[in-house]
Amino acid sequence: MRNSALRPYLLIAPSAVFLLLLFGVPLVQTIALAFTTPNGAGFGNVARMLNDLDFSDSVRNTFELVICVVPLQLAAALGMSMMLRHMRWARDLVLWIWTIPLGISDLAAGLVWLAILTDKGYLNTVLYELGVIPGPQSWLTYETPGVLFLAILIAEFWRATAIVFVVIVAGVQLIPKEYEEAASVFGATAWQRFRRVTLPLLRSSIQTALILRTVLAFEAFAVVLAIGGRNFPVLVSQAYLWQFTNQNYNVAACYAVLVTLVSLAATLVILLALRPRAGEPA
Amino acid sequence: MSRIRRMLFVSGILLVCAWTLVPIYLVALGGIGGAKTVYAWPKPFWPAGLSFANFTAFLQIEGLWPAMLRSVEVAVMCMALSLVLGAPAGYALARFAFRGSNVYRLMILMTRAFPVGILALPLAVGFVRLGIYDTPLAVALMHTALALPFAVLVTSSLFLGIPRELEEAAWVFGCSGPGAFRRVVLPLAIPGIAATAIFAFVISWNEVFAASVLTVRNKTLTAYLLTLLSEAPLQSQLAGGLLLILPSVFFIFVVRRYLFAIWGVGNR
Repeated sequence: MRNSALRPYLLIAPSAVFLLLLFGVPLVQTIALAFTTPNGAGFGNVARMLNDLDFSDSVRNTFELVICVVPLQLAAALGMSMMLRHMRWARDLVLWIWTIPLGISDLAAGLVWLAILTDKGYLNTVLYELGVIPGPQSWLTYETPGVLFLAILIAEFWRATAIVFVVIVAGVQLIPKEYEEAASVFGATAWQRFRRVTLPLLRSSIQTALILRTVLAFEAFAVVLAIGGRNFPVLVSQAYLWQFTNQNYNVAACYAVLVTLVSLAATLVILLALRPRAGEPA
Repeated sequence: MSRIRRMLFVSGILLVCAWTLVPIYLVALGGIGGAKTVYAWPKPFWPAGLSFANFTAFLQIEGLWPAMLRSVEVAVMCMALSLVLGAPAGYALARFAFRGSNVYRLMILMTRAFPVGILALPLAVGFVRLGIYDTPLAVALMHTALALPFAVLVTSSLFLGIPRELEEAAWVFGCSGPGAFRRVVLPLAIPGIAATAIFAFVISWNEVFAASVLTVRNKTLTAYLLTLLSEAPLQSQLAGGLLLILPSVFFIFVVRRYLFAIWGVGNR
């Protein structure tokens, strides 16, 4: 083929151009918008964001949510993949059921848990039948912020653990069974085999899963609005509010820049924390 | 394994299954269990009778059908764009060693560190200028930016799995480069490509933030439901939730074999 040196570039060009236009350009625009004020470039919008009444709450809520939910999801996903490993039959069926939430949007997940946790919902029915509460009771208000947080945490956990699970299972499938068998022959207990053999071999899968999940968790938005409404501000819902309700694109862009910076920082931390040690394969 | 441990193990698995399925069952109960179920107290855990009254009432909310059709339109466009743009790049990564391939791969992976949906905010301004703000095309373009990196990585691992020798044999027998691709590689890759397409569809179907920011009057289903949150009665919201979930559950079933190709080795 005469032109084969050019061919790969022709093949990747459309996607590269597309990503540059719809990813690179808006990224630059966001930053430009964030620092554009009526009187030239400056930090006016940033100041407005910092003085926003809900700003500190939204920062705290976002971080609390991410820091609580992501480790829980990793632990659950590891447990689930270890269970799956020892299954002899109905494996395909169970795998499908466990991955169903992968296809569920965060808005739908919010609505699902709203049905359960609303004042006349299923949770209250159970509590009522057990004699814990005397009648319908509302949990999802600003008066019970702890319960509200827990509800959103549960909804996020329910919806988005599947993605971590799938990445981990894909990694587990690459580990030869012989390693564990060898450890077993030398007398390692099940826990030791998991801790000393499986877990280190899963390092890069865990890294991928954590990055994906953390960045998405910082973006969580519809699930929060469906369950908490305006009572539980997070960074992205604030960006939405400023863009739509207040029609102030500049402050909205400030929030977007903040979310982007936070996501990048989290990615870096995960990359560094789980980097290959000397002598380990990458 | 001893019998007790076996039983513990099985009940653990069933517990996780129930944890996934019961909430979906309950929302379905609210969606198709009749208006009484939604406001009943205490709540019945079994349907008093199957009634699509809530569901049909929900479907008659003004603007819902158009929103749903628009969602399908957007998702189909996103699917087509991701494949048309992504599959060639995936093929190039799998088959050619070329200068810059690592840079390109890194660029694709980098998109993961960014909250891509958020980039819809400035795009709204740009799309107004281009005259495509508040159209399905605008949302589809944004959703393609979300789905394209996946499409590239998945198709690349797909093509890697098809032996190069098959293609070379076709050349020997006189096929041109594109001819060999069409006659030999494509038939083998079709199921995986279909799975990639479905995954792009699901990404678009589920996306809320960008869809809400880029539309005002021509909302997609998710964006429309988001505006209903504060206004519509609970049974409509639950019917909406059910409507969002059902296609996804079906699609995940269809692509279940390829989930690990999507998230597996090639996707590091």
